Amino acid sequence: MTTGQTTGGTQVLDKARLLRMYEQMQTIREFEERAGKEFAAGKVPGFVHLYAGEEAVAVGVCANLTDDDFITSHHRGHGHCIAKGVDIREMVAELLGREAGACRGKGGSMHIADVHKGMLGANGIVGGGFPLATGAGLTAKTNGRGQVAVCFFGDGAANQGTFHESLNLAGIWQLPVIYVAENNGYAESTPVTYHMSCRDIAERAAGYHMPGVTVDGLDVLAVYEAASEAIARARRGEGPSLIECKTYRYHGHFEGDTITYRTKEEVDSYRARDPIQRLRNFILERGFATEQELDAIDRQVQDEIEDAWRFAEAAPYPAPEEALTDVYVSYR
Amino acid sequence: MAVAIRQLTYAQAINEALRQEMRRDPRVILLGEDVAGGATVSGFEQEDAWGGVLGVTKGLVQEFGRNRVLDTPITEAGFIGAAVGAAATGLRPVVELMFVDFFGVCWDQIFDQGAKLRYMFGGKASCPLVIRTMIGAGMGAAGQHSGCHYSVFTHMPGIKTVVPSTPADAKGLLAAAIRDDDLVVVFENKMLYNVSGEVPEGEYVIPLGKADIKREGTDVTIVAISRMVQQALAAADALQEAGISAEVVDPRTLSPLDEETILNSVAKTHRLVVVDEDNPRCSAATDIAALAADKAFSELDAPIKLVTAPHTPVPFSPPLEQFYIPGPERIVATVQEIM
Repeated sequence: MTTGQTTGGTQVLDKARLLRMYEQMQTIREFEERAGKEFAAGKVPGFVHLYAGEEAVAVGVCANLTDDDFITSHHRGHGHCIAKGVDIREMVAELLGREAGACRGKGGSMHIADVHKGMLGANGIVGGGFPLATGAGLTAKTNGRGQVAVCFFGDGAANQGTFHESLNLAGIWQLPVIYVAENNGYAESTPVTYHMSCRDIAERAAGYHMPGVTVDGLDVLAVYEAASEAIARARRGEGPSLIECKTYRYHGHFEGDTITYRTKEEVDSYRARDPIQRLRNFILERGFATEQELDAIDRQVQDEIEDAWRFAEAAPYPAPEEALTDVYVSYR
Repeated sequence: MAVAIRQLTYAQAINEALRQEMRRDPRVILLGEDVAGGATVSGFEQEDAWGGVLGVTKGLVQEFGRNRVLDTPITEAGFIGAAVGAAATGLRPVVELMFVDFFGVCWDQIFDQGAKLRYMFGGKASCPLVIRTMIGAGMGAAGQHSGCHYSVFTHMPGIKTVVPSTPADAKGLLAAAIRDDDLVVVFENKMLYNVSGEVPEGEYVIPLGKADIKREGTDVTIVAISRMVQQALAAADALQEAGISAEVVDPRTLSPLDEETILNSVAKTHRLVVVDEDNPRCSAATDIAALAADKAFSELDAPIKLVTAPHTPVPFSPPLEQFYIPGPERIVATVQEIM
């Protein structure tokens, strides 16, 4: 049971892996920026909560997972969906409430899921994902083939009762669950220095019979390394872990947030440490790829986002009577 | 195939259903506080200390072991939510919410996660979970251990609610609930655990959403829920003495409700009394009354009457608790008001 800091990534990663991470992070960034623009233009009903700035966490963790592993997410869930392999056309269609959406238009941004890819849903209830991921961990342990469950949560959720109950359960049953805190410094408009009774979320792990580490959430390779270790441990049957990633969201809690509680200087200081730019620099400095190759990936990502929006905007709405379907598997 | 008939208590019938379903399907697991008891205590590796606080799950850990009968810490939000997550990922858990009154601490996991998951995910996921929970006053367990509240669960789209009144019904409905692919809450009236009745041997299911006419009659329909069935049958005996023939309808499932059986009965008798131990505002009783007022209005010869608990928590003192619970005398008096 250790609380420690890990820095940088000195693990061996091949070019294909690194470029895939870069591509996924760019996909998340472009997806979120486009969603923000379209939301501002009035095209997206309801609420959106953008993940831009936090890409390194979703991508660094999910690079260790397969479709057979489970994740739970939260209201800021687009990044986890993309990192877990949910189809981005289906994601945009879901944001727009179309039948072709990942949830057939029934869920929207806060409930995007793809259970067949182990993505057990974004969640509109802060702390709602902890017990679900813990239950998925129970299934994984019962199945006995090395599956794991990852629970993504924010600093705000770290105080919820379900955090404590779920980590306790995972600790006593030694379930293969990795609890990944995305500490972006704010629970809505309230800073973590106010709302949390400890300095680092990782400190709480010791109370629940599992290791806890804090990593630089702006460094995808540091996240990858910490997640890799925790996931390997879980696969071996050695139980749960807590990984706290210090990160930052560029946008507000929700789109429409006036964000008066943060300074421009603070935002700029994080933009200067952009996680995608950091990975790009790493790839170029170590000679894994050229500027041209990375630029080509950027253009490909932009094309895919554009294609997804064109697809979704042309996709039909479900018939209104579809509101009555799929409450139950069987109505009797 | 059910063959022989013998007497079992309501608790034994539930135990038998659990045992049969756990044998039938290895994905069925039990979770709950003290469902075995004595976890990790020396000598209790495959032995239960309690088998449930009232002994309903006794003997199951002996057969199925502690990987399928899981004692939980006292953390309902955690373990009820974990049961939802396990159900959504391939297991078929039966989780116990020890007393229904505790649902406040885990309501999010039940209504906002488990009940809505299938719908919000466009039908691409399901939650084949059973929650067993104890209801009912009469044991002096007082305000936080004696309620019914199936109305709150029945209100929620995505939940099915089952209210067995006899040992035979308890076994068949619980088996059906476990085989059902939706989130089913089974409300076991704690005052019925020691009541005996005929229970067929072998596997059988009673389909959800099918009411049962427990006593046929012609002058008044009494729809009675859970233990109120026994109260209504006692009232029917007394009414018979007074020359009034009461038909007692047991819905057995509240969601989905067998509207047809209730409405057919009202069409036959032209009078309706609903007996419900739950509190009266926004209840199963008012729900059934509204159904009849809408769809059987022209059949009714008298106002619909509801015999319910008062709008209070359950009191402790025995004479107050007996005042709270609808009894045969109140049912008889109410029927006579509308004859």
